[in-house]
Amino acid sequence: MDIIRRIEQTMMREDLPQVNVGDTVRVKWQFGEKDRSGEEKARVQAFEGIVIAKKGSGINETLVVRKMSSGVGVEKAFPLHSPNLVGLEVIVRGKVRRAKLYYLREKRHLVVKKKSRF
Amino acid sequence: MKGLGLIGKKIGMTRFMDQRGMFIPVTLIKLGPNYVVDVKTVEKNGYEAVTMGFEIGKEKSLNKPQLGVLKKANVPAVRYLREFRFPGIASKFTVGQEVSVTDVFEENELVDVIGVSKGRGFSGAMKRWNFGGGPQSHGSRGWHRRVGAIGNRTYPGEVKPGKRMAGHWGDQKVTVRNLKVVKIIPEQNIIAVKGSVPGSKNGVVFVRKAYGLGPQERSE
Repeated sequence: MDIIRRIEQTMMREDLPQVNVGDTVRVKWQFGEKDRSGEEKARVQAFEGIVIAKKGSGINETLVVRKMSSGVGVEKAFPLHSPNLVGLEVIVRGKVRRAKLYYLREKRHLVVKKKSRF
Repeated sequence: MKGLGLIGKKIGMTRFMDQRGMFIPVTLIKLGPNYVVDVKTVEKNGYEAVTMGFEIGKEKSLNKPQLGVLKKANVPAVRYLREFRFPGIASKFTVGQEVSVTDVFEENELVDVIGVSKGRGFSGAMKRWNFGGGPQSHGSRGWHRRVGAIGNRTYPGEVKPGKRMAGHWGDQKVTVRNLKVVKIIPEQNIIAVKGSVPGSKNGVVFVRKAYGLGPQERSE
């Protein structure tokens, strides 16, 4: 197990900020796609929402981000150590008391307490 | 050089990511260092092969004849031996040589992995062969996990050989062919092959260069 962890570590990204559950983040995700001429093109899409869960460990760690898009809840899971993740910034630090914020799915508006600076 | 291989131990599975961010399931195998215990030649033995040894153990757990063979080859007390047989293999190695992963394997080539599958003991037909069994309810009494019918009537009057039934499952030699070597970590003598490999963690496996698709390729 230890060997596996160490090998995974060599492939993990170290440039990522510390993200906790409850934070509001903006994730920039790169999609590789082919245009009409068949050429490889990269398109970057930003996704902004609240981190409602962190899953997995090591290289398999993912962030589940939820946002309300025109009144509809949208959730996306991002593998943290993927090369397609081109940007990750924390916009607001949240203050929450549980590890999974699945209760937000029952709510119309996503509200998480801001973390006080003091 | 097809058929050339090494002895190793399965470490476990994980996932790697390629440049496009696709996950690749891999099995990590600790391969070596291996030691060349014997080189067999056509003149001496009638066929060409290399005997590899793996994992240094205690001298006292080997008996005298075994130690004698290893002493003669000037090799430490290895626990596992295996012959890798293929024409033309003998000239590549000398007795007593220490072989590391990079001497044998390259990234992106195909390998066959031979191991002993996990033993599952005496298993019923549902577990062993994915049979459906019987209904759990609707008046079914004592007919839940049975095999079902195993033959016809007077004709053919026998149960066909090879009929799938309950019995011992696993703990058998299994060969998985044509697995791709995704990555080699030379400092630790570890290779990562795509996909799964028979056996449990710490199980001994043999990894050899893939023979190819059919038997005709084997005889080069």
